[in-house]
Amino acid sequence: MTEEIVIKVSDVHKTYDETKVPVKALRGVTLDIKKGEFTAIVGPSGSGKTTLLNIIGGLDRPTTGSVVVNGMDISTLSDNQLIDFRKTNIGFVFQSYNLIPVLTARENVEFVMLLQKVDKAKRDARTKEMLQAVGLGDRMHNKPTELSGGQQQRVAVARALAPKPSFILADEPTANLDSSSTANLLDIMAQLNQEEGMTFVFSTHDQRVIDRARRVVTIEDGKVLKDEWR
Amino acid sequence: MKQLLKLASRNIWRNRRRTIITAASILFAVFFSIAISSIQEGTWDHMVNSVVHYHFGYAQIHKAGYWDDKTIDNAFDPAASYDAAQGMDAIYQLVPRIESFALASYKTYTKGALVIGVDPDREKSLTKADERMTAGSYLQSDDEGVLVAEGLAEYLKVGVGDTLVLISQGYHGINSAGKFPIRGLVKFGAPDLNKQLVYIGIEKAKWFYGTDNLLTALVVDVKEPDDLRHVVRELREKLGEEHEVLDYKEMMPDLIQAREVDTAGSQIILMVLYLIIGFGIFGTILMMLKEREYEFGILKAIGMRTSQLNIMLWLETIFLGMIGCVAGIIVSMPLVYYFYRNPIELSGQMAEAYERFGVQPLLPASMDFSIFIGQAVVIFLMITVLSLYPMYKISKLKPVEAMRG
Repeated sequence: MTEEIVIKVSDVHKTYDETKVPVKALRGVTLDIKKGEFTAIVGPSGSGKTTLLNIIGGLDRPTTGSVVVNGMDISTLSDNQLIDFRKTNIGFVFQSYNLIPVLTARENVEFVMLLQKVDKAKRDARTKEMLQAVGLGDRMHNKPTELSGGQQQRVAVARALAPKPSFILADEPTANLDSSSTANLLDIMAQLNQEEGMTFVFSTHDQRVIDRARRVVTIEDGKVLKDEWR
Repeated sequence: MKQLLKLASRNIWRNRRRTIITAASILFAVFFSIAISSIQEGTWDHMVNSVVHYHFGYAQIHKAGYWDDKTIDNAFDPAASYDAAQGMDAIYQLVPRIESFALASYKTYTKGALVIGVDPDREKSLTKADERMTAGSYLQSDDEGVLVAEGLAEYLKVGVGDTLVLISQGYHGINSAGKFPIRGLVKFGAPDLNKQLVYIGIEKAKWFYGTDNLLTALVVDVKEPDDLRHVVRELREKLGEEHEVLDYKEMMPDLIQAREVDTAGSQIILMVLYLIIGFGIFGTILMMLKEREYEFGILKAIGMRTSQLNIMLWLETIFLGMIGCVAGIIVSMPLVYYFYRNPIELSGQMAEAYERFGVQPLLPASMDFSIFIGQAVVIFLMITVLSLYPMYKISKLKPVEAMRG
């Protein structure tokens, strides 16, 4: 059976010239990510893992090289095309303060589906299903400030998964969580990866996440140092 | 759109204190500007209305050139004007006048007088001349007598029942002279009129000046002041170049100019006020932009388009403005209504000055709804302009940079 490549990163370079001295964040990264992977991109601070994740997610553009997602070269898309692309293809989980503070957990989860104009019945069913999947079926009407950090991240995961994107990008999702919340979140993500076949790509330097990943891509000085399968 | 409305309406209450302070500053600006505008508009409307009903009327029809050269020789046949007014529902009545000057004498006293021939009933309905009587009785429809202004009567030392002699030059130079019993005395606030005016029945005036059926002016009394413009336009079209149809603004350019100058002055004050409030709102927008930069980054990252974010922010500022605006209108309404029903009464020299020009010394507020709506429109426009800045910032915002902080 041929495994479907969801993300194809080819010789990506990224140079920031915000300061007088250009900073080379990525120096020729090449990487393929296949459907259903549970992959961690690891490396020390400043290694370029977040930059790589941002470029894969269409939040940033490579200086040279290409990123092809589901057969589409996203480095050629306009800003608005990128927004639409992200909306339909990628689920994001950020480090913290992920959620829209004025919306309840349920409203946060259905938000992207609303942007996608998914009809109400489907939206409601999927929202309920995802909140139950992350163990927050009883906290639907709570606003983010009424939830713990771990619960907020679980809502963020539910929101990312609800519109059934091609893959989930999670940038240090456990950085601000305690051990039990981290374990709980990882259990949920691993379960969703297996049950829904969802592709997960993390950037992390949290050993607890690295231990759960089935593939670990180590980046250092903007280059892929190691690519291990477990 | 429903989602954007929900987000915007909830977002404005995220920082409750700041929203209340900003809305309160808008409330203050709206309240203040409505109070100023309504008292100013009300006072000027009252003044114009008084002057219009004092003597001039809303509009007058003359022979072309009469207003610049007010002589009895410029009298005209009103038949065409009566025909033109036929079927114009906006016209309440046409009030005929013959105006010219004469020498008024009693015993050894003589003084120049403005003699106005009037239809007593119509004049009463237009200018409420009967309410200015201080002695004697008002003219009857076919009266042979005259009414004399108090100041003139005082100079000539005449009273009710005395006989006034008028000598003048009539239409096309004929000699005019007559003796007229004084039926009553009238008081005019305006010194010019009070010192020289004599009212005489219109038929007697025609006889005195030898004008037959000619008049010097036909005052147009309209049912609704708002109809004036189209009434004047229609009359001009129908009467052609042989006649002139002037509205009160053309007959009293000084008064209208004074109103414009006064209004412009207060508009400058209001502009400064709105500018201050505008900076306050802008400060709120800047703080909100900075505080929520990360959140905007997230929203863009997860698929919210720049245009949707812009609409959301615009709605937030509009809601904020509308809260202040509606509150300002609600708070100002009872005050404006109070001064509409109970105008400020002037006293002392200021009151005398008003009375001298035939205007009651009152400063009423106007309940014209356009004044209230006008403030909402100003706020709306100001906020729309101010929201261009966040729109610009949002269009330039890169999710990665925004989330980096």
